[in-house]
Amino acid sequence: MNKLFHQITHSRLYWPVMALLLILLANLFISPGFFELEFRDGRVYGSLVDILNRGAPVALLAIGMSLVIATGGVDLSVGAVIAITGAVCANLLNSSADSLFIVISLGLFAGLVAGFINGSLVSFLGIQPIVATLVLMVAGRGIAQLINNGQIITFSHEGFAFLGVGSVLGLPTPVVIVLVVLAALHCLVRFTALGLFIEAVGCNPRASHLAGVHVNAVKLSVYCISGLCAALAGMIITADIQGADANNAGLWLELDAILAVVIGGSALTGGRFSLLLSVIGVLIIQALGTTILVSGIAPQYNLLIKSLVIVAVLLLQAPLFKQQFKQQLSGLVRRRAA
Amino acid sequence: MILRLNPRLLPVLVTAILLVLLFVAGAIRFDGFGSLRVVMNLFTDNAFLGITAIGMTFVILSGGIDLSVGAVIAFSSVLCAVLIEQQGWHPLLAIPVVIGCGALLGLVMGMLIHCYNMQAFIVTLAGMFFARALATILSEQSIPIEHGFYDAVNNFGIMLPGRAWLGSGAMIFFLVFLLAIWLLHYTRTGGFIYALGGNAASSALMGVPVGRTRVLVYVLSGTLAATGGVVYSFYTASGYALSGIGLELDAIAAVVIGGTLLSGGIGYVHGTLLGVLIMGLIQTWISFDGTLNSWWTKIVIGVLVLAFICLQHGLSRQLGSKST
Repeated sequence: MNKLFHQITHSRLYWPVMALLLILLANLFISPGFFELEFRDGRVYGSLVDILNRGAPVALLAIGMSLVIATGGVDLSVGAVIAITGAVCANLLNSSADSLFIVISLGLFAGLVAGFINGSLVSFLGIQPIVATLVLMVAGRGIAQLINNGQIITFSHEGFAFLGVGSVLGLPTPVVIVLVVLAALHCLVRFTALGLFIEAVGCNPRASHLAGVHVNAVKLSVYCISGLCAALAGMIITADIQGADANNAGLWLELDAILAVVIGGSALTGGRFSLLLSVIGVLIIQALGTTILVSGIAPQYNLLIKSLVIVAVLLLQAPLFKQQFKQQLSGLVRRRAA
Repeated sequence: MILRLNPRLLPVLVTAILLVLLFVAGAIRFDGFGSLRVVMNLFTDNAFLGITAIGMTFVILSGGIDLSVGAVIAFSSVLCAVLIEQQGWHPLLAIPVVIGCGALLGLVMGMLIHCYNMQAFIVTLAGMFFARALATILSEQSIPIEHGFYDAVNNFGIMLPGRAWLGSGAMIFFLVFLLAIWLLHYTRTGGFIYALGGNAASSALMGVPVGRTRVLVYVLSGTLAATGGVVYSFYTASGYALSGIGLELDAIAAVVIGGTLLSGGIGYVHGTLLGVLIMGLIQTWISFDGTLNSWWTKIVIGVLVLAFICLQHGLSRQLGSKST
C-alpha cells in the first residue's frame, strides 16, 4: 500500500493531474451543476465536454509542440499556420474544387509545407528555432491575408463544418480528432525508435549525431508533424466558425500551446517529453479559463492569472527554488520543534 | 578594400545600401517621396518602435530576448491615460511613475531569468501576458488624453525646409539613440553586455558581473519600452490596452534587419536605427502606392528577416572558421 502510494505520488502524472482535479473540484463549489452531463440529439452536453471541446485546437498544437520542444526547439508559427490553413480551406470550399477529400488534403498539405520550411531552416541552415519560426509567424498572417484577399471568407459546407460542430459516437468531432491524433502519435513515438531519437536530440544533439542518429532528419520531421497538427487545428477552428479570419484565427494559440507543454512538466531545453501530459496541460489551462468565467471574475483577469501560473510552474521546476523552498520549510519545522 | 572591411559591419552596410536603394527607387517612382518631409515623418511615425527596438538591441546583444515590450507599451499608454485623465495627475508626475513601472517589470523578469536560471523566452512571455492583462484591467476602452501639457509637447518641434517637421517624438528617439551609443561603446557596462552575449561562461571567468549585467539589460528594455509607450501616448493622444499587439516581433525584426546576431555578442545600435527606418520605409512605400495592401508589409518584412538571417548564418560561419 505504501509502495503504491509512493509510486503514485512520484509519478510524473501526479502533480498535473492533481492540479486539474483541484481546479475541477473548485468548480463544484462555485457552480453545483458543473459536473452534470446530458445526452441529447446523439451527443453529450455539459461543462466538462465543453472544456474538452474548446481545448481541442490547442491540444492538437500542444501535441505537435511537445515533440518540437523535446528536440530543444520551439515552433512559434503554429498560430499563423492555423490562419493559412483556414484561408486555404475556406477558399477551396468556395471554389469548384469543394470535394471534402481535396479540401482536407490541401489544408494538411499547407501545414506540411509550413512545417517543412521551419524544419529546413532549423535543421539544414542551423538557425535558432525561435528565430526560424518567427519568420513564418510574421509573414504567415500576411500570406493568409493574401490568400483571403484581405476579407473574412465565409462558407457553408455541411461536410466540412462536421469537423468543428459534428459529433462521433456522442463526442464532439474535435475531441475525437484529438484522441485519434494523440493515440496515433503516441504509438509512433513509443513503439518505434522515433521517440527515443527525439529525446536524444533534445538532450545532446552532438552526442546523438556521433551515436549515429540522423539529427537533421529528426528535427525536420518534428517540425513537419507540428505543421500538420497546426493544420488540423486550423481546420477545426475554421469549421467551427464556418469562416476564415486571417487576422484573428489562432491568435496567441502558440503561446497557450507552449504554456501547456511547460505545465505538463517538459523542460523547454528539450529531452524528456510526454504527449499525454501536454494534453493535460491544455485541459488545466482550459479548465482554469472556464473556472474564471464561471466564478464571475472579470475575463480580463484570465490572462493575469495565466501569467502568474506560468511563473509559479517555472519556479516549481527551477532547482534553486526547490532547494530554497525545502530550506525554508525545514527551517520552519525546526523552529516549531524548538 | 571590401575584403579588409570588418565582417561584423557587413550586415549593417547591406542594410544601409538597401535603405538608400529603397529610398531612391521610391523617389523615382512616386512624386514627393524623395523629400525631407518623408524622412522626418519616418522618424516621427516610428519613434515608439525605434525606442523599443533600441531596448531590444541591448537584450539581444546580451544573448537574451524580450517578448514583453509590445504589452509594456500598451500598459504604459493606458497607465498614462488613467493617471492623467481619471486620477488628475500632472503628466510630469505621471510619466516618471509609468517609466518606473516598466523598469520594475524588467527588473522582476531579469531577476527571475538570472537567479532561477529560467529561459528568457518563457519568462518574458509571462511578462507579456501580465502587462497586457494589467492594461486590460485598467481600462478596456481607449482613453483619450486631453491635457495642455500633451498639446504643448505635440506642438513642440522644429520646422525644417520643405515643410518637414522635426517633432518631439523624433527628438526623444534621437536622444535615446545617442544615449544608447554612449552606453554601449563608451562605458564599461557596454563592454560587459557584448562580453555576456559572446560567451556567458568565459565572461564570468573574466570577471564580468554577469548577474548585474543580465538584470540590467532587462531593466533597460523595460524602461525603454515604457518610454516608447509614453511616446506612443503622445503620438495617438490616447491610451489603449490593445495597442502594440505584435510590436515585439517588429522590434525583433528591426534588430535582425539591423544586423545584430540573434545569438548575441555582435551588433550595433545604429544597425537597429537603420532596421527601423527600413521597416518604416516599406510602410511609407505601401501607403504611397495605394494599390498594395498592408499585409504586404508583413510578407516583405518576413522575407527581409529571412534574408538577413541567412546572411548572418554565412557570416557567423566565416567568423567561426577564422577563429579556429
